[in-house]
Amino acid sequence: MPINKDSNAKAYWKENLRYLTILLTIWFAVSYGAGILFKGPLDNFRLGGFKLGFWFAQQGSIYVFVILIFVYVRLMNKLDKKYGYDVE
Amino acid sequence: MDVQTWTYLLVGLTFSIYIGIAIWSRAGSTKEFYVAGGGVSPLANGMATAADWMSAASFLSMAGIIAFAGYDGSVYLMGWTGGYVLLALLLAPYLRKFGKFTVPDFIGDRYYSDTARLVAVFCALLVSFTYVAGQMRGVGLVFSRFLEVDINTGVIIGMIIVLFYAVLGGMKGITYTQVAQYCVLIFAFMVPAIFISLQMTGNPIPQLGMGSTLADGSGTFLLDKLDGLSTQLGFAAYTDGSKSMIDVFAITLALMVGTAGLPHVIVRFFTVKRVRDARKSAGYALLLIAILYTAAPAVAVFAKTNMIDSVVDKTYQEQPDWLKNYENLGLIAWTDKNDDGLVQYGPGSAFIGKPAYDGDKRTALGARAVTNINPGNQNELYVDRDIMVLANPEIANLPGWVIALVAAGALAAALSTAAGLLLVISSSVSHDLIKKVVNPNISEKGELMAARLSAVAAVCVAGYFGINPPGFVAAVVALAFGLAAASFFPAIILGIFYKRMNKEGAIAGMVVGITAMLLYMIKYKLGWFDATLPSSDEWWFGISPEGFGTIAMIINFVVSLVVCHFTTPPPQEVQDIVENIRIPSGAGEARGH
Repeated sequence: MPINKDSNAKAYWKENLRYLTILLTIWFAVSYGAGILFKGPLDNFRLGGFKLGFWFAQQGSIYVFVILIFVYVRLMNKLDKKYGYDVE
Repeated sequence: MDVQTWTYLLVGLTFSIYIGIAIWSRAGSTKEFYVAGGGVSPLANGMATAADWMSAASFLSMAGIIAFAGYDGSVYLMGWTGGYVLLALLLAPYLRKFGKFTVPDFIGDRYYSDTARLVAVFCALLVSFTYVAGQMRGVGLVFSRFLEVDINTGVIIGMIIVLFYAVLGGMKGITYTQVAQYCVLIFAFMVPAIFISLQMTGNPIPQLGMGSTLADGSGTFLLDKLDGLSTQLGFAAYTDGSKSMIDVFAITLALMVGTAGLPHVIVRFFTVKRVRDARKSAGYALLLIAILYTAAPAVAVFAKTNMIDSVVDKTYQEQPDWLKNYENLGLIAWTDKNDDGLVQYGPGSAFIGKPAYDGDKRTALGARAVTNINPGNQNELYVDRDIMVLANPEIANLPGWVIALVAAGALAAALSTAAGLLLVISSSVSHDLIKKVVNPNISEKGELMAARLSAVAAVCVAGYFGINPPGFVAAVVALAFGLAAASFFPAIILGIFYKRMNKEGAIAGMVVGITAMLLYMIKYKLGWFDATLPSSDEWWFGISPEGFGTIAMIINFVVSLVVCHFTTPPPQEVQDIVENIRIPSGAGEARGH
């Protein structure tokens, strides 16, 4: 049933794009947001010996990047299953 | 055993391992040569990608660059890690599903055009050669520094080793040697980092030690102390930096997008079995890279604080032993400009150019005499940035084998990156040029031979540039990222996410993007258009050549979309390919035809 197959693929792609938008927004917020654009104001807060903006720029953003990829892997594996794309 | 013996022992041992792996995993087919047979596990691929990615510069120089740049150094930390998020989310799974051998393969098929393929081959070669020349030089430097051989001899030893496993094993050999090289380099980086963190703050985890209080019981936070020391000496506070915000933004973005567009990184994701493995191995790669990239800024803080504390405003006699050792190796120099007998350190370079030692002559105070001209500031101390990593074992009073380990680690980092780049160069020539354009009827055996021969040729060219570095190589290596950002990234993204993108748009975008980047680079980095290098006041929007990749990428996107809008949409079968790569199942194996 090509039409069904088609709409299945469309729905899958739409959900994928939604995940991408959310994850990339976080990607942007921790690096360009917290680490660069709002670094100044965030530096008024502290995380132990770190000023917060500086911490995001040299530590925090990298930790979040790693987490983002693994969250993406999990979400996509679930999504593949939901749409029946998990079988080779 | 002394340091020298340990170094020969550890370097010899690791090299035998690499060569053993190369013999065990030699490639028998083009598929094994280009993509390691396509059956690499996600973790192994993650380790190989991490080793491929982290060059001698990441290993030896990055912590030093950050130590002297403070907050400004964040551009490298975020830029060279954040790109993996883009890779994992926007490129790797789809390119894996597409299932070809190289990046120009994707461009050529997706844009149904050999012109597009040739433009992509040109960009891939340009990016890879600018990058690899710097790596071979790095191999030579590491050899000469640790094994006390001539720098050119070092380049030649490096060439022979890389030749051996890249030509013999292709991607398969490279992948498994890179797995071993990752283990060596991360161990070599973390051991001194952990001990120096313990020494400075009492915390064994460098990433946490960086934000802890000093171990001297004063209760002062390490970063506060370094901020104080920096401002006292006349620098900006360490955690503030001095670059403009827009430039920091642009450089970070150019490095991120460039990372995601580097062909030798992208091609690693063709070697795994399934689409889900491609996603997962991008996660592993970043996790493994992040271990070094979060420790490096900590090492920077430890080493810088230690240096200022133990060196500045002391007499030459009071200087620590490591300083005198590295002075003997030519990485440190001091002239007493104000004749007070104390070492002063401050903003500006102490001398113009590298220190020119006056033979073995010593000044009355004991330091090596230098003949450089004083540029007219108060700074008396020349420090090579690489010392921040090199001297760590000595600063932390670690035994000789740790110093030897750092040497083996630096060599692992340099060799693994060089090998990965050489493979991209050879497959661009044998697969994208010979097989796809010049002689499509070439046999499997013939293509494999062509791949090996082009790898040999690429090693020789890279070695030549390593021995006779054209003055501009060092200046442009950092710009390889800008070139990748300006060319590949938009073409690949649009090829996946915009079904209507056609060949006219993609070709125009790549050509205009990379030309804009090259012109800006030549004008503002190399200064070939003017009698003198234009000052930073003339930069567009205050963006440095390093950050211009961001602008060139935007230009590429705009040109692509505008041209695409006024030309015919791609044929139906190409649109079907795009539909197909968006779905993960049925990826099959990477194939050449």
